[in-house]
Amino acid sequence: MSKKLTALALLLAASGVVQAEDGDLAAIRAQIDEMKKTYEQRIAALEQKLAQAEAKTAPPAAQPMPAIEPAPAATSAASGFNPEVSLILQGQYRNMKQLDERGITGFVPAGGHDHGAGEIEDGSKRGFSVNHTELVLAANIDPYWRGQAILALIDGAVEVEEAWFQSLGLGQGIGLKGGRFRSGIGYLNEQHPHMWDFSDAPLMYQALFGTHGSYAQDGVQAKWLAPTELFVELGAEAGRGAAFPGTDRNGNGRGAAALFAHVGGDVGVAHNWRAGLSWLTTEARNRAAHFEGVAGDEVEGAFSGSSRTWIADFVWKWAPDGNPKYRNFKFQTEYFQRQERGTLAVDDNPDAYRTRQSGWYAQGVYQFTPNWRAGLRYEQLDSGTRDFGSHAATVLVEDYRPKKASAMLDYSWSEFSRVRLQYAQDKSMLGITDHQITLQYVMSLGAHGAHKF
Amino acid sequence: MRILFCLLLALAALPARADLNVFATVPEWAALAREIGGDKLRVYSATTAFQDPHRIEARPSLLAQARRADLVVAAGADLETAWLPLVLRDSGNAAIQPGRPGYFEAAAQVRRLDVPAVVDRAHGDVHAAGNPHIHLDPRNVLKVGEALSARLAELDAANAAAYRAGYAAFATRWQAAVARWEKEAAPLKGMPVLVHHASFAYLNHWLGLVEVGALEPKPGIEPTASHLGALLAQQQAKPARMVLRTAYQPDGPSRWIAGKTGMPAVLLPYTVGGTPEAKDLSGLFDDTVQRLLKAAR
Repeated sequence: MSKKLTALALLLAASGVVQAEDGDLAAIRAQIDEMKKTYEQRIAALEQKLAQAEAKTAPPAAQPMPAIEPAPAATSAASGFNPEVSLILQGQYRNMKQLDERGITGFVPAGGHDHGAGEIEDGSKRGFSVNHTELVLAANIDPYWRGQAILALIDGAVEVEEAWFQSLGLGQGIGLKGGRFRSGIGYLNEQHPHMWDFSDAPLMYQALFGTHGSYAQDGVQAKWLAPTELFVELGAEAGRGAAFPGTDRNGNGRGAAALFAHVGGDVGVAHNWRAGLSWLTTEARNRAAHFEGVAGDEVEGAFSGSSRTWIADFVWKWAPDGNPKYRNFKFQTEYFQRQERGTLAVDDNPDAYRTRQSGWYAQGVYQFTPNWRAGLRYEQLDSGTRDFGSHAATVLVEDYRPKKASAMLDYSWSEFSRVRLQYAQDKSMLGITDHQITLQYVMSLGAHGAHKF
Repeated sequence: MRILFCLLLALAALPARADLNVFATVPEWAALAREIGGDKLRVYSATTAFQDPHRIEARPSLLAQARRADLVVAAGADLETAWLPLVLRDSGNAAIQPGRPGYFEAAAQVRRLDVPAVVDRAHGDVHAAGNPHIHLDPRNVLKVGEALSARLAELDAANAAAYRAGYAAFATRWQAAVARWEKEAAPLKGMPVLVHHASFAYLNHWLGLVEVGALEPKPGIEPTASHLGALLAQQQAKPARMVLRTAYQPDGPSRWIAGKTGMPAVLLPYTVGGTPEAKDLSGLFDDTVQRLLKAAR
């Protein structure tokens, strides 16, 4: 009992709830307050007199130290409020097999990202080509919000890749984002192509989200960072869900939702890491795809149902003394599992359809001088179980494990310019081994912002 | 039951702690905060003397530390532009956003040197606001300390007197030390030196060392063979007496130039922790002056 009482007393004392209710105390306080007031008035009067006296006399007394004075504030021209502007120039020369249609065997094509009929998709372009030119505009809107837009410019079209606002002043570890943004799921998903360590997205991301290699949607995101020494971040998103693997259903409510959790920290001064687990749920209505038929023909199918994806990711970075400028190593791996459930309509004849597929990649990149980096990536997908119901009679269902191995070497003159040579042995299509050679450049102009971990 | 009480006790004790969490981006300002605040502060330094503060990553542990910080003490002048803005924004901590009392920039308290007339990346990694390595002029340390103690007093009114007293005691010691260093370093005045990076602009300005060249062809661009060759050729016309570098810069280029010319390659601590002797701020300057004098002999 006494133990409990002492604990209680301690608790009260610690919270600072102890209150003295003594009448004498109140009286003394009032007196002190009165004295404070009169003194403050006197001091103010004295200060005023002093200021007047100083104004009359010539220059102020010499400084005790001949130190340098603060720089004058920056000129406040109206243009000072202009957003930070940066532009990403990216393009490549690519040597690979001529294939009528690229895809990943056993995985439904995402419908891609083409810019008009007859255009060749970015991932299929051979020879010389220029990627989207990314124009980034960002600025603090006011003390409470920050905004950023990323526009992808390509012949005859401007695409809004991202356009969002983010909270600055909510506190309590809470961050809000709204607009169109790359989802916080996975590790690579939030990174734009100029930040990638290889010239193309991993097969896993192409299978999950299309050749664009990321999931973005119009919606809202809430994140919470725990007040702990270990980095713990939880996030939730709700959005339109118009992008693959969902379809635009133009309904009220949420079209897609995502949850993610990240943990991370340092191990000594030289190592740091982050691990994450993410979940994405979305729905498709009449998502068109064509399948290879048993008769060698092409079968058109339309999927309606739910699509749920789990992603686990892990990143580990090392730099001697934690100084990555001269030498550093980065290991990164992600694993996904996707389940789709619903109906597949072939020739307007719907029947049950279920799939459960998975895949992973792992890569390591070593920077061995300030300018040179070399990296290896290996990836493998598993077409998993695919239940076509009665359509199994018309659709050719093949079990296949697409594989790809890539090696890259890149050179950076500075943080803002880089060229990369990449070789890949791509076995993502059944029966085809494609040797791909890519020579790529990435240039960042202007106020280039900080990169995420 | 007892566990529950202990837990409650711990929870109740949390808000009653008067300690301020200070997140300093670089070791020198972490050390200054410790000098002023003593045990009233819990100080975290985001970098060590062996890390180039320009090129740190916004790693998860930094976000976790920024989340709990009451005050961020940054070097400023764009030194941490590659990582700090992201850390602040993603921390979910309203108190430490730029413009709030919980965000303090050291470089804003002093007059910067080398403010470029033209801001163009063709000139390398230039800082529009001027050279950010302001702490190697000890008079700047005092100015920053004065402003920092005022900021601490503003944020933690309960301990305001302690911060003022801490600063006053530091200032007295510091002024005496500066006079001593200046006296000791008098023979260095006018001595021509090479530097690896423009890390020592304020040190040179203070002690009157004359920087006749940098090993980096442009700020932030690694030394190249052709540039080092040009420096070697320049040695005939404008001979330098020593070549200076920090603990986080590689020794290769300095050693190469030293080997070719016979001048000493001098590692200076640059910041607190850069050498075993530079344990605190006065150790930093003691050791810097001693190493310079030794090399000049």
